[in-house]
Amino acid sequence: MEISGKAHKFGRDIDTDIIIPAPYLTTFDPDELAAHCMEPLAPDFNERVEAGDIIVADENFGCGSSREHAPVAIKGTGISAVVAKSFARIFFRNAINTGLPILESPEAVDAINAGDQVKIDTTAGVITNVTTGKVFKVAPFPEFLAGVVEAGGLIEYTKRKVAG
Amino acid sequence: MGMTITEKIIAAHAGRDSVSPGDLVSVKVDLALANDITAPGSILEFNKVGVDSVFDRDKVVIVPDHFTPNRDIKSAEQAKMVREFAYEHELTNYFEIGRMGVEHALLPELGLVLPGDLAIGADSHTCTYGGLGAFSTGMGSTDLAAAWATGETWLKVPTNLKFNIEGKLGPWVSGKDIILYIIGKIGVDGALYKSMEFTGGTFRGLSMDSRFSVCNMAIEAGGKNGIIAADAETRAYVAERSSRPYTVYESDEDAEYEEVFEFSASDIELQIAFPHLPSNTRGLSEAGDVVIDQVVIGSCTNGRLEDLRTAAEILKGRQVDSRTRLIVIPATQAIYKQAMNEGLFEVFIDAGAAVSTPTCGPCLGGHMGVLAAGERALATTNRNFVGRMGHKDSEVYLAGPAVAAATAVVGKIAGPDSL
Repeated sequence: MEISGKAHKFGRDIDTDIIIPAPYLTTFDPDELAAHCMEPLAPDFNERVEAGDIIVADENFGCGSSREHAPVAIKGTGISAVVAKSFARIFFRNAINTGLPILESPEAVDAINAGDQVKIDTTAGVITNVTTGKVFKVAPFPEFLAGVVEAGGLIEYTKRKVAG
Repeated sequence: MGMTITEKIIAAHAGRDSVSPGDLVSVKVDLALANDITAPGSILEFNKVGVDSVFDRDKVVIVPDHFTPNRDIKSAEQAKMVREFAYEHELTNYFEIGRMGVEHALLPELGLVLPGDLAIGADSHTCTYGGLGAFSTGMGSTDLAAAWATGETWLKVPTNLKFNIEGKLGPWVSGKDIILYIIGKIGVDGALYKSMEFTGGTFRGLSMDSRFSVCNMAIEAGGKNGIIAADAETRAYVAERSSRPYTVYESDEDAEYEEVFEFSASDIELQIAFPHLPSNTRGLSEAGDVVIDQVVIGSCTNGRLEDLRTAAEILKGRQVDSRTRLIVIPATQAIYKQAMNEGLFEVFIDAGAAVSTPTCGPCLGGHMGVLAAGERALATTNRNFVGRMGHKDSEVYLAGPAVAAATAVVGKIAGPDSL
């Protein structure tokens, strides 16, 4: 998959209460959740994002609760991928299960500034900072996880499994 | 090569003789939990899988505890959706208002999780059951949906960190102080993707309630699970609650740990995590003058009987400061009743505290004690992220029940010795 958009930069330990504050967890509707995405840090985040844009963040992105509303809210804003130095583990699973592309690359994060134009080839595992011309390679998912992603998420994968 | 408890439990549930860190395995789950804010997502996804029923109606557990008793129409709609699913699938372990409790206090109390079990839950604090010597970890709604359909989930076998603590804890120091101390040392991603195993004489002397507090907050260091090997204390706790057979696992002498931390219990004073991360800890002696508007005693971390008894011991014959609010939330109906029978409610009410029915409520800014801009709370809960208990310009300080009760009396962060 090819993704292209401008970078929105965040720091470390961006927790799920920032990504989508708990009081809004009364729906799974992506548009409703998107309206409050990142609200405590950037109340206008949803308006600032253009379809295809990319979040670029430091360590431990998505720490905190198990709420799957977090990747759903991010996708709802039009964000097409998250590049971070590292991801909290439940967020990692939730992102894969809900089809939000995530890539771990400390080097890329350090070399991308807010507003830079970024291109990502998820299949090849290549992140390109179009603004500066710098290119970064990302390790591919393990085979099993790649299979889940390829099936279109965990539910599709499970459907195939129960159908035998 | 020897294995850790965590590896042994995962191997047993994967049908393998052994596993090693990094292995991706499919495991059978003994219990698959969700609550009123995560179950709706699980139900939506479960209905897409194309199976008629859940894998085992005894092992799919739903506890409506976050926004219940419902705080508004939207949360009532979610609770209704969850209730109807529980009825449709004839779930044995669905707990309605009046019988429910905060999920991670309720399940061990009812003997639904036992040593050696592998439990997953769509709630990050599912790691609490490590206090029983079980492997348990939090996941999202979709992961739970898949497990409800198949009875299985996938896991990456984690690497292991060992936290060995020896010695006797000081007065009033509890499991909460131990885990805050550890998180303060290693940071909020210090155990990212890893298993946290707690060993040593200090843990052997720890009550079950305190063991649950310790394992509950493994996630706040990024951990996949926290675990304390079962012992006589665990067996006694379980014997009163379940007749189901279980297996006690212990780590082998030659099990491999990525890192071993050695701490001394005598170095652990009462802890407070300052805003806005659980790792931002200070000992009480370094807390300084911090005026507190609201104190909350409750949650899956510290809403158990031991916590309420500690709080009552400190509050007995004293008054909550006139400019501070104290909200006490027993974590389950059984704890509520026991606390009432022991006269703890009389102490709380005479001190000027509000006593609530079980709910997660204020811990996640849901209801029953949401903060206004500029307000400060000290809570026995588990997270102090920006806006966690209300307005983004409010603050949350985390501590154990002793500091919470003393703080309510003084109106500023304080320990029992200052009263």
